Parts: sequence; structure tokens; C-alpha cells
Amino acid sequence: MAVGIHAFGGYLPRRRLSRQIVVEANAWFAPALKGLGRGERAIANWDEDPVTMAVEACRDALGLLDRSTLGALWLASTTLPFEDRQNAGIVAEALGLDSTVRTLDIAGSQRAGTSALLTAIDAVAGGAGPVLVTAAEKRRTRVASPLELTSGDGAAAILVGEGDGGAVVLGAATETADFVDHYRGQHQDFDYVWEERWIRDEGYQKLVPVAVERALAAAGVGAADIQHFCFPTSTTRVAAALARRLGLSDGSVRDNLQVSCGETGVAHPLVMLVHVLQQADEGDLILVTGFGQGGDAVVLRVGAGLADRQPVRGIEGSLAAGVSDTNYQRYLAINDLITIERGLRAEVDKQTGLTTLYRNRAMLLGFIGGRCRACGTPQYPASGACVNPDCGATGPQDRYPFADRSAQLNSYTSDRLTYSPDPPAYYGMVQFEGGGRAMIDFTDVDPGATLEVGVPMRMVFRVKDYDPMRGFRRYFWKAMPVLPSAPAEE
Amino acid sequence: MASGIRDKVALLGMGCSRFGERWNDNAEALILEAFSEALDDAGIEKCQIDAAWFATAIEEQHVGKSGIPLAMALRLPLIPVTRVENYCASGSEAFRGAVYAVASGACDVALALGVEKLKDTGYGGLPQRSRGAVNDMYWSNLSAPGAFAQLATAYQAKHGVAREDLKRAMAHVSVKSHANGAKNPKAHLRKAIDEDRALNAPMIADPLGLFDCCGVSDGAACAIVTTPDIARGLGRTDLVTVKALQLSVSNGTESQHNSWDGSHFMTTRVASARAYEEAGISNPREAIGLTEVHDCFSVTELVTMEDLHLSPEGGAIKDVMDGVFDAEGPLPCQIDGGLKCFGHPIGASGLRMLYEIYLQMQGRAGDRQRSTEPTFGLTHNLGGFPHQNVCSVVIVGQEGA
Repeated sequence: MAVGIHAFGGYLPRRRLSRQIVVEANAWFAPALKGLGRGERAIANWDEDPVTMAVEACRDALGLLDRSTLGALWLASTTLPFEDRQNAGIVAEALGLDSTVRTLDIAGSQRAGTSALLTAIDAVAGGAGPVLVTAAEKRRTRVASPLELTSGDGAAAILVGEGDGGAVVLGAATETADFVDHYRGQHQDFDYVWEERWIRDEGYQKLVPVAVERALAAAGVGAADIQHFCFPTSTTRVAAALARRLGLSDGSVRDNLQVSCGETGVAHPLVMLVHVLQQADEGDLILVTGFGQGGDAVVLRVGAGLADRQPVRGIEGSLAAGVSDTNYQRYLAINDLITIERGLRAEVDKQTGLTTLYRNRAMLLGFIGGRCRACGTPQYPASGACVNPDCGATGPQDRYPFADRSAQLNSYTSDRLTYSPDPPAYYGMVQFEGGGRAMIDFTDVDPGATLEVGVPMRMVFRVKDYDPMRGFRRYFWKAMPVLPSAPAEE
Repeated sequence: MASGIRDKVALLGMGCSRFGERWNDNAEALILEAFSEALDDAGIEKCQIDAAWFATAIEEQHVGKSGIPLAMALRLPLIPVTRVENYCASGSEAFRGAVYAVASGACDVALALGVEKLKDTGYGGLPQRSRGAVNDMYWSNLSAPGAFAQLATAYQAKHGVAREDLKRAMAHVSVKSHANGAKNPKAHLRKAIDEDRALNAPMIADPLGLFDCCGVSDGAACAIVTTPDIARGLGRTDLVTVKALQLSVSNGTESQHNSWDGSHFMTTRVASARAYEEAGISNPREAIGLTEVHDCFSVTELVTMEDLHLSPEGGAIKDVMDGVFDAEGPLPCQIDGGLKCFGHPIGASGLRMLYEIYLQMQGRAGDRQRSTEPTFGLTHNLGGFPHQNVCSVVIVGQEGA
């Protein structure tokens, strides 16, 4: 049975931290970092994590597709916010997926993204139905470490389904070896990394080729025929050397997005794949690899259907939407890499009642309101009594999702009194086309942005509050100004 | 058909503590300070009070729950004490309870007392607290200034007003209240400011600067009420009676239905119209001699002038700039300094407003006394946020007017 990629999407957070600023700030201590000072890296906002970025990538991939046909949703990451609460389940609630969907977190290795994709291919071939694979990463890195400079935050989503789709899977293979180039043990915040030269010579150059050659053989494709080779590491010369060793053409080595985004960990092979799929032509052969305790490789052929399956944003759109950021101090503060004086207002207890959360999960995680059965007025939250002053009918209301509806700004402020990890706090009244409104937090408002009554807003899934005392975080939706390159909502 | 409250209940005595940073006083001391003044003023004994209503909004910050703190602070003789909370309208809510009790005939004499200790948080501004388990999960991260600041953006958009013109009118509101507060020995903030200072102050929640925001204070205020007949029997003449008591509470229309544009207070329009009807007032701008409104923020006061039907819709900026609401103007607003400068101990505020009007009607307002004592005075509280609030409007006046 043919298995292919039927939809795909990507998400990179908006801010791109200047590496030069980071290098300069740390030059007194680590002057050798100078060689990594070129370009920018994508950094998540304070209210983003792998779950929220995965939601954005999945929304981009799914677009207006019927979500009820999804068989499974798998989330791959090594930086999931919950160790014991299924993170993919949060994504499923945010996407409003049917409760029959099979959800799973896939973690434990930098290879988790490609391994999830390979496993999804097998599952679909076995009749599991369409599987949405999403991968996201937001690595916590030490100040003045190479990883701080080379990492990026981001997510991608790939919908694997029966049939050719936009790109059909020709073959895949995995090589497994407990090659520990780095690790992060229990209760450790940061990676422990071994020497780069060893990783290059014994890891990349020896383990990846084994997987690639087996995948090419399975696909019945010669190395020289590959148009796009995705090798997701930050070191630029390694991919070229690997290509030569494997017999891949020089021109096939894909941009690893190091200059514009950084290496997004588990997500990076899929981020690069989405980027390729936004640029490839019919008939192109794509080789995607993943590295970590061995290697994964998958070979795809672009079909005629790719043009019709393009996401609104993808990685290209995400790259175009980036804004340069030179505020290293802010990056350190929002990632808790320095101890900042947050003030007494930050001390409010953010305990979440788990009963309360469960009862209201559609409202909070899915942003689902109600529509009055008597007068048709949409409202948020759903209520047993219609809010329309001319109606007021009581009784159950129809489920009415708001997340993807067009909205506009009615009133707003930027607040420097209330506690926010990223002051000022922007919020205001957002009104939905067709009815419904909410006084809601804003996010990703550019400094000095001109908000005005009537501007279009879109909704994004974000962290609302952190509860550091209990290690919990609660999610909700926020509004952000519609960017020129952002998705046009229904 | 209900006949309303007009002239059924009289103010027998009132008291108000000094407002401000009362670092060395517990709430009980403030309660006693306000009550002692009111009891002296009423000329009765404590044992003549039949029931009490006690207002505090953020009780966790000082006395805790229930009516017990009032009963204990005043050693009340085991009478009924009801604790009420209705956001910033709590004080007026306590007054409503006491007045209704007397009007119903259930009590001869009733007490309404409000208190708040807001300066024990360790920081400026209102305490940052939970809004309720479900609300905390989806309400915006809003502060009071941030919620009210949005009136400005919506008002500008609706009336085509330039930001600078609105800011200048807001500054005028604050400059006026500071001038008034400077003459009030019980006020929290007693320094006059000029327009430049107001306009150039640090931003709190755009476009509200520091001087667009009221003081957050410790304080207590109270009223003792009875029937006009009993008041006369106690030798009182020239009674100040209650003309109207109205409350309007948001039902979600503003926050959840797209019929509200965010530029005004739906509740205030309704509550004030009902109050004028109850008081028998057909032209409020002519009839009302003095107002004490909920100027938590300068923009609130400005917009409220329209919602109380004292300025035409879209006309408040002109009236403010023309000095209509200044102390020497035809319709003074916050002649005691208002929330802005007298201060805003939440539970006490509604009663503090009545206290000033009561003094002015009796010619007892010292340096800030109007040359002509007002016939009708209006108090207004706005609890919560523009998009979701409790609004009270109380009218008092000379008996028979």
C-alpha cells in the first residue's frame, strides 16, 4: 500500500535572537564562541513551549481539513513540559480532535522526530488511519555554551496517510547504536556534550550512512538521483562531507537553516522536510535523515498532488515572519537563566484545580464556546442561558469553536502594573466575526506596535500561567495581531 | 407598583476616618474612628442601633469574613450584622441594606459601615489576587487600570477624539481633584498638581498615567439611618433624606455580546435613569447640585458624566474643559478630592461619598464648602471593570425637595 505525506505545516516563534549579541556578551568568558556568531536563532516567547509550538504547526498542517478523520496524533520532543501527563493529549484538546484519536508522546532521543515519522509510515501501512506526526523542541541551554548559539526553537507537523498524497514514501531504514554524543540525565536541566570531532567522525560519518544506504536500497533509488538531502545538524560542513561519501550530488544538500533559525532538535528533520516540501517540484526525490543513538533515513518522491497541499505558513512563512531581536537580557530572563526581581505581584498562587480544568477542558484548551439553539448567537464561554439580551433562552447550546475564526480588536491596553513575565501586558476585547467576544491576553505584540480599534487579530494557543510551586502550567488562547504572512482565517 | 425609597429614610449621623496610609492602625481602629464620629453626630446611644451592615471587599487583606469583625470592633450588643461585598459598590451596598431595613419597618435605626485596609500588601496599587478558580483560567491578566484604560481607546474610536485631547481632559479631571483634596484634612493625597505633571507622569496602563489613577488607601466610613419621624423626634431639623437607591449589575452583555462598543458603562446609564425616576428628577443636570462619582481613574469620571446623563454623549470632554465639574463650577464633582485624592478604601468609598454630600448639605464642609448648599446630591460607585461591573447610584437631598 502506498503511504504518503498528505499535509504538512511548520512553526517557528517570531523572535530571532542575534547571535552576535550573545557572542559579544559572553566574549569575556568564552571568546572561542566567536565562530558561531553569524545569523540569528529562533527563540520561543515566554508563553511558548513544545506543546504550544506543536499546536501551531498542526494547525498550519491541518488548515481546513476535516479533523475528525485523524487516526492518531503523535508528539515527538525531548523537552516536553510534562513528564507524566500526556503532552500529545493537550495538543489534541487544543486542536479539538475527536476523543477516538490515538495520542502518544515520543521522546528520549534527538532521533525521536524521524523515528516518529517512520513509525507512522508503518502504522498507516498497517491500517491505523491518517497519523499526524508533530515534533517540537525548546531546549534549555547553558549561557555561553555552543548549544545556546546553535539551537533554535520550533515545530513541524506531517500528516501521513494512505495513498501518494503530496509526496509518497519510497523507503525507510533505521540504524540503532547506543552512541552517546550527549545526554541529559534525570533532574538535569542541561545537556552534557562530548567532543565534536568524535561525534562527527564516529557518529555522523559512520552511523548515518548505514541507515541512508539501506533506505535508498529499500526505495530502489540511487544516491545520485536525490534532489534534496536533509541532514539536520548545525555544523555546515558535515552534511557536504556526508553527501560526498554517500554519492549524493553537491547541490542536493539542503540549507540546514542554521543562519536563519538554528537547529530545532527533534523537530529539525521535519522542519527541514516541511521547508523542502514548500519548494520541491514534482518528481523530486527527498532524503530525510535523523541522528541520535544511531540514525533514521526516509526517501520520498514528490507527486503531482504537492501543489494542492501547501500550508499557508509552513517554514518559509515562519522564516519570513521573523523579527530580529537583540535583547539577550530578555531571553535570559524569560528562560530563567538569570534571577530577575519579579516583584511581589508575581507571588500570586497559580494553583490549578484539576477537576475545574477537566470539566472545562473544551472551553479552555479547545477554545470552544456555544451557539444558542434559539437565536443562533455564538458566545464564549458556552452558557445555559443565552447572552443575547433579546433572547435569553435557556438550555444546552451547540458546540462552537472560536480558535480559527476571524476576529478584530475592540479595545486594548498595555499594562505595566499587572505582573507579566514580559511587560507590558497587552490585552483587550477581541470580537469574532459572526458573534462572540472575549477580554483576552495578547501575545507577540511587537515593541512599539500600533494597535488600534478594528485591527484583525488571530488566536494562538499559549501558556497562560506557570505554577512554579507545583511544576504545573496552564494553557489558554491568546490573541495576536494578524501578520501580513499569517494564515487567512476562515 | 413599587413606590421607591424617596423620603422614607433620613441620615441621622455620619462619620469618616482619615483616609491614607494608616500604617499603625488595624481595621478595627479605623472602624471605631468612623463610628465614634457618626454616633456623636447622631446623638444616640450604641444600644439604639437595631441592625448593622458591614462592607469590605478584600477582607482577606485585613479582617476576614463575616459580620463578626464589626460586631467585635464596636462591641455591638448581639444585634444582626450582615457582611456585604459587591466590588467597589460594597459601601453603597451596605447603605442600601440599612436604608431598606429602616424603610421596611423592621428597624428603627440601622448602621452601615465600610472599611478597607489596602496598604498591607507590600506594594502600591490594589492587591493582585485570584478572581475565582474558573475565571483565573481564562480571564485576561488584567489590572484595574488596564481594564479602565480600554474605555479610552474605545471612546476615542467611537467619538473620533484625538488621543491628546482626551489625555488633556483626563489631566484636567485629576488636576481638579488634587486641588479639591488639598483642602480636605481627611484626604489621603493633599498636594495640588498641574496639568504638565499629570500629562508627563509614568505610564501605568496606556493611556492612563500615574495621576490618572486614584489613591489606594486605608479608611472607614459609616452612616446611621432612621425614619424622618424618629429623626425629628430626636430633635433633628433640615433633614437629609434618601431619594433614590439603585443598583445595576452586568449580566454578560458587555463582556460576551457584541452589542456593546466599550466606550461607556451600560449599567450606569440604567442605574442613573432609574435613580432619577425614583427621586422624581426630570432634568438631572439642573437638579443635581453635587456629585461624588467613582473616579477610580480619570477616564472613568469623564465617561461617567455622560452615563449619568449630566453631559451629552460625546460631550464630556467639552464640559470637563469648560470647568463644569470644578469646585467652583455649576456641577462640582469630587469636591472632597474623590477616590483620586480622598482615597479609595474600597468598602468605605460609597459611604465616604455620602459623608461629603451630607456635610455640604449642612454647611459643614469647612474650606471646601459650597456657597449654596446643594438640594440634591448624587453618589456613584462602579465595582469591577467596564466590561463587567456593579454600578450603584444613590441620590440624597433636602427633605421634601
